[in-house]
Amino acid sequence: MNKTNADNQAGWLLVFAACTLVLIATLGSLFFSEVMTVPVCKLCWYQRIALYPLVVILPFGLFPFDRRVLRIAAVFAAIGWLIGLFQLLVIAGVIPESIQPCVQGIPCSDTHIALFGFLNIPTLSFLAFSLVGALLYFAHRTKTP
Amino acid sequence: MNRKLLFISGISLIILAFITAVVLYQQQAGGGQNPALVERPGAPVKGPHDARVTIVEFFDPACGTCADFYPLVQQLIEAYPGKVRVMMRYAPLHTGSDQVVLMLEAAHRQGKYWQALEMLFNNQRRWIVGHTSQPGPARALLNAIALDHAQLDADMTNPEVIGVVQRDMQDLQSLGVRATPEFFVNGKPLPSFGYRQLADLVKETVEKSY
Repeated sequence: MNKTNADNQAGWLLVFAACTLVLIATLGSLFFSEVMTVPVCKLCWYQRIALYPLVVILPFGLFPFDRRVLRIAAVFAAIGWLIGLFQLLVIAGVIPESIQPCVQGIPCSDTHIALFGFLNIPTLSFLAFSLVGALLYFAHRTKTP
Repeated sequence: MNRKLLFISGISLIILAFITAVVLYQQQAGGGQNPALVERPGAPVKGPHDARVTIVEFFDPACGTCADFYPLVQQLIEAYPGKVRVMMRYAPLHTGSDQVVLMLEAAHRQGKYWQALEMLFNNQRRWIVGHTSQPGPARALLNAIALDHAQLDADMTNPEVIGVVQRDMQDLQSLGVRATPEFFVNGKPLPSFGYRQLADLVKETVEKSY
């Protein structure tokens, strides 16, 4: 019983950490687009579609703590992660320009912000989805068999 | 620690940090811009040249909102006779607009800038397809204006004309203009986008300058 409680506590904290992370990522993306008025390309929108629901879904799994949230959150994180990976490959030039789904003069391969010289917005997004995925995975691992 | 307390304080902290960042950013961005970047000598100007209030508008001829704002900016010039003028600068952000602004600058060299601009704004539907400028139909529209058409076509490849457009593109990048229309009133950007905000800033600047 004590072990289960401890597992639950660790699992809860991991999901809580994921929760704060997605909130920071959401507000950060809104800061870029709405406050700094950086144009938003299509791939960024697709990643937002995967990211924003997590802000609502994850807290539902916290009160009361419900591990079933991990399954649905993992699907969103995986979708966002894959699109993020795709965009990084477009920027790196691995995927040719012609197949990128960008219109209206906002190419997805065009990066606007460089924090500390290397962190552009797509990289931030990819890191965020990777970290959320890892947190969800470790939260899943805390379950006693 | 109590989970609910942890959750609420954590979330509040993040939201508070966000609001602080927004306020700080807007305070920083609210300051005046480098006037050398905002205005370009020789750019098309409407209104008296000795007006003390200058609205600088970065615009794309293919931008629908720019066309909507055009009569509103005219109203502002008329509302303060002799005190307000508008300077138009190119921001060809739509695909294909780079060619269309070259036509406008070429028309400007013949003193037909405003006629050409009005022709393009009033007939946007005829030369913009799916948010993309079609230089061919745009050029055809200008045939209705009395000017030296051979000269206009020649000027579109004139390095001086191209240089003017490139200068505007550089300045709009330095100024961080990413959407059109973007207004500066005596070098000051709008606090937020909207006609009311523009009218207020012009009113405020006129009161300060006269």
